[in-house]
Amino acid sequence: MSEWLENHLPKVVLAPSFIAVLIFVYGFIGWTAWVSLTRSKLLPKYEIKGFIQYERLFDSPRWDTAINNLYIFGALFIVIAMVLGLLLAILLDQKIRVEGAIRTIYLYPMALSMIVTGTAWKWILNPGLGIESMVQGWGFTNFEFDWLVNPDYAIYTIVMAAIWQSSGFVMALFLAGLRSVDGEIIKAAQVDGIPTWRIYTAIIIPSMAPIFLSAFIVLAHLAIKSFDLVIALTGGGPGYATDLPATYMYAMAFSRGDIGQAASSAMIMMLVVFAIVVPYLYSELRAKND
Amino acid sequence: MAPILDINKLYKNYGATEILKDINISIEPGDFLVLVGPSGCGKSTLLNCIAGLEEITGGTLSIGGNDMTHVSPKDRDIAMVFQSYALYPTMTVAKNITFGMKVRGVDQATQDAKLKEVAQLLQIEPLLNRRPSQLSGGQRQRVAMGRALVRDPKLFLFDEPLSNLDAKLRVEMRTEIKKLHQTLDASIVYVTHDQIEAMTLATKIVVLKGGVVQQIGTPAEIYNNPANLFVADFMGSPAMNLIPAQAHKNGAGTQIAIARDSGETLVLNDARDLALPKDVILGLRPEDIAEAGFRAGDGVQEAECLVDMVEPAGADTYVVSELGGKQVTARLHAETSAQAGKMLNLAFDMSKVSYFAQETGERLN
Amino acid sequence: MTDLSMPQSQTEPRSQSAVGKVALRWLLYVLLGLFALYYLMPLFVMLTTSLKSLEEIRTGSLISLPREVSFDAWKTAWSGACTGIQCEGLRPYFWNSVLIAVPAVAISTLLGALNGYVVAHWRFKGANIIFSLMLFGCFIPFQVVLLPMARLLGMMGIAGTIPGLIFVHVIYGLGFTTLFFRNYYVTIPSELTKAARVDGAGFLRIFWSIFLPLSLPIIVVTVIWQFTQIWNDFLFGVSFSQAGTQPVTVALNNIVNSTTGVKEYNVDMAAAIIAGLPTLLVYVVAGKYFIRGLTAGSVKG
Repeated sequence: MSEWLENHLPKVVLAPSFIAVLIFVYGFIGWTAWVSLTRSKLLPKYEIKGFIQYERLFDSPRWDTAINNLYIFGALFIVIAMVLGLLLAILLDQKIRVEGAIRTIYLYPMALSMIVTGTAWKWILNPGLGIESMVQGWGFTNFEFDWLVNPDYAIYTIVMAAIWQSSGFVMALFLAGLRSVDGEIIKAAQVDGIPTWRIYTAIIIPSMAPIFLSAFIVLAHLAIKSFDLVIALTGGGPGYATDLPATYMYAMAFSRGDIGQAASSAMIMMLVVFAIVVPYLYSELRAKND
Repeated sequence: MAPILDINKLYKNYGATEILKDINISIEPGDFLVLVGPSGCGKSTLLNCIAGLEEITGGTLSIGGNDMTHVSPKDRDIAMVFQSYALYPTMTVAKNITFGMKVRGVDQATQDAKLKEVAQLLQIEPLLNRRPSQLSGGQRQRVAMGRALVRDPKLFLFDEPLSNLDAKLRVEMRTEIKKLHQTLDASIVYVTHDQIEAMTLATKIVVLKGGVVQQIGTPAEIYNNPANLFVADFMGSPAMNLIPAQAHKNGAGTQIAIARDSGETLVLNDARDLALPKDVILGLRPEDIAEAGFRAGDGVQEAECLVDMVEPAGADTYVVSELGGKQVTARLHAETSAQAGKMLNLAFDMSKVSYFAQETGERLN
Repeated sequence: MTDLSMPQSQTEPRSQSAVGKVALRWLLYVLLGLFALYYLMPLFVMLTTSLKSLEEIRTGSLISLPREVSFDAWKTAWSGACTGIQCEGLRPYFWNSVLIAVPAVAISTLLGALNGYVVAHWRFKGANIIFSLMLFGCFIPFQVVLLPMARLLGMMGIAGTIPGLIFVHVIYGLGFTTLFFRNYYVTIPSELTKAARVDGAGFLRIFWSIFLPLSLPIIVVTVIWQFTQIWNDFLFGVSFSQAGTQPVTVALNNIVNSTTGVKEYNVDMAAAIIAGLPTLLVYVVAGKYFIRGLTAGSVKG
């Protein structure tokens, strides 16, 4: 018996976690997928009725707004955070004397909760007392900056806060990438008389392709899951002007009592993440096994 | 006396891949068995199978007369020294050495006595309170051996223990392992890819290739009578010259014809009565080709050859010449007058020649 | 934008005058300084606002220093601010977060260490698939498990309780903690395990005597990562808690968005700082490990 236990202990140890993941990740995904195909409303029903919830979803103007917002937010957030992160990484890569301190400053927002970040930016962007009144106080009395409460522009305030929160992290990723480029290649290029900016554009940045991919995956993933920042900054408003899929799902699940809509919107989010992450994970795991 | 290690029809597969095929090895107490072969030949897997770290797929394995086929490593009465030494990084040298005894519940007094004995034997007493990271490569090697010695097992297993040391230290440690073997009269299985290590240490060598035993024998047998072309080529440095040739019966002996670039065929006579096919591969070690006049004996035949290259190596000078389309190396004395581009009279000791079949590579004589 | 990196251009010393080089160097530092200001500004604004009186906030500028430093807002935020109907400040919720985070971090780290040890050193058939499945669990949007989890917690009778939140955080933290330990343990040579097995040590003994003493760095990374994740969590907190068991992030959001009475911005800011302080402190004290966790969590291998 003890011999059997000793031989199978590794499996015994791993089993609870594995079973937990099977049930609470894959089982639950299955449950949600199932319910998304029913007419569930306040309570889940288990009789499959086809894609009616998805039809409702795509007919809903609110979901339409959420998806549009995800496009705008996702594109701007990913592109700006990557550009800013790369720029900061290159600036910091110039043998800066106080690099450690500067890096710490650029990265600290990542340690904060999105709720804290949202609260801070909500105050900074407050039309009556924030930046607007500050600039007006400098004498620019016509200055207007009411994006936070403007349905057409409120989504951009979320972009601003999200970039503030995450760009330092992208910088850290890129900086690690810059540092991992083979020093001998750079020396060889310098000996060949290639100017520094060309070394960056022609040698270093192309060799960082995997880091770009990682950064993209992480940022895209953050964008799709964005929930707390919206809640704290705009609450999804004005109206539902800044709804994202995550807030739509939450509203359907917990305040509107529309489980069918909640499940179908969650499944769409899941599929988007799936489409981005699975090819990445697959290639990563395969590369490691080779 | 019962063999200390007896491996019988051992097979090892990983999925569909056969790693080891029909291995049969048996050694007596006090033997120093070396498993040698190129990387990927299965020698380390075989050692892991002996240790019980890998389950075997088929066959049986016994240590000290007891069947160990399905016994876990800790109950096999073995000790093992690893290539990377595998010292426990967070433990001191003393703790590293006594960890096994501690796990087995040996009392403290015995542990201390054993530790002292081994530390003395290996001269590592001043190191006992250090961590592995504070030791040099050679010191780590000694500690790893200490960890094995303290167990006083029936069988020691060494997995390429010297391959992480620099050349000089490797030779020193080699001598020391040999000395230890002689003082302790221990039974050892030792894995290496270095054929010189195999020759110097072993009382018995197993040459492996592709998971199949090529030859088992004493170092002298392996060196002088390689069982096939692979063993002939693998053992010895510089390698044995392997020259395509044609054999003809010539009275009681055999006439050997070797083609040369110059067009002129080199004909040598082997006085032995051999039954050879027409096409053979002739194997002759570099030291069995000397400068004319420096080698005497019944089988010695002289012939003029064009010297392509001269490589002085201190104690000897190697001379390279083309024979049968191959670069043939001869090992001459240091003061040879050989010059590249000139002709030189070479003495071939035909009594030492090995013959191999061209197709199968198997030994013919 | 890569042109900005030119200051380093030492490869053509003659083409650039020494003065130009110094100027570029200055420009570089000015740029870095401006960015530092950008990142620090919100923290500065939060801090100064929290120390001002409401009167001063209404009349003064966003970035001016407080004329009179007052800690009243901090007191209110800690023990008097209203989250909906209750007005007990952040304090009870702060402790809720501690009560959730500490056990959840401890359990998920311990399980992650054991799982990582198995996956890295005791490979058995199917171990790779199990690991891949667990890894993928890190990436799902949690919205997809919210509904069934809410029902399950209800069935288990721990809906809206702190043990319920601990359970949720442990389950969905396992993928990452396993990944961290697995990636760390694969760098430990397998010969070490073999040597210990020959020495007679078993599965748990090897973990306890050999792997655990080596694991301090990765334990620190994992604990920091898990603590930050759990402390900063909002989605699970808001979905699976009820009045009285909410974590600090949910309470903060309630304070800020509570519509009763006068809007007290200084209290909001003080509350935000209090809610962010633990993770910020961890970051300042152990930033190196924090960054390692972030990058390990995103760039696999």
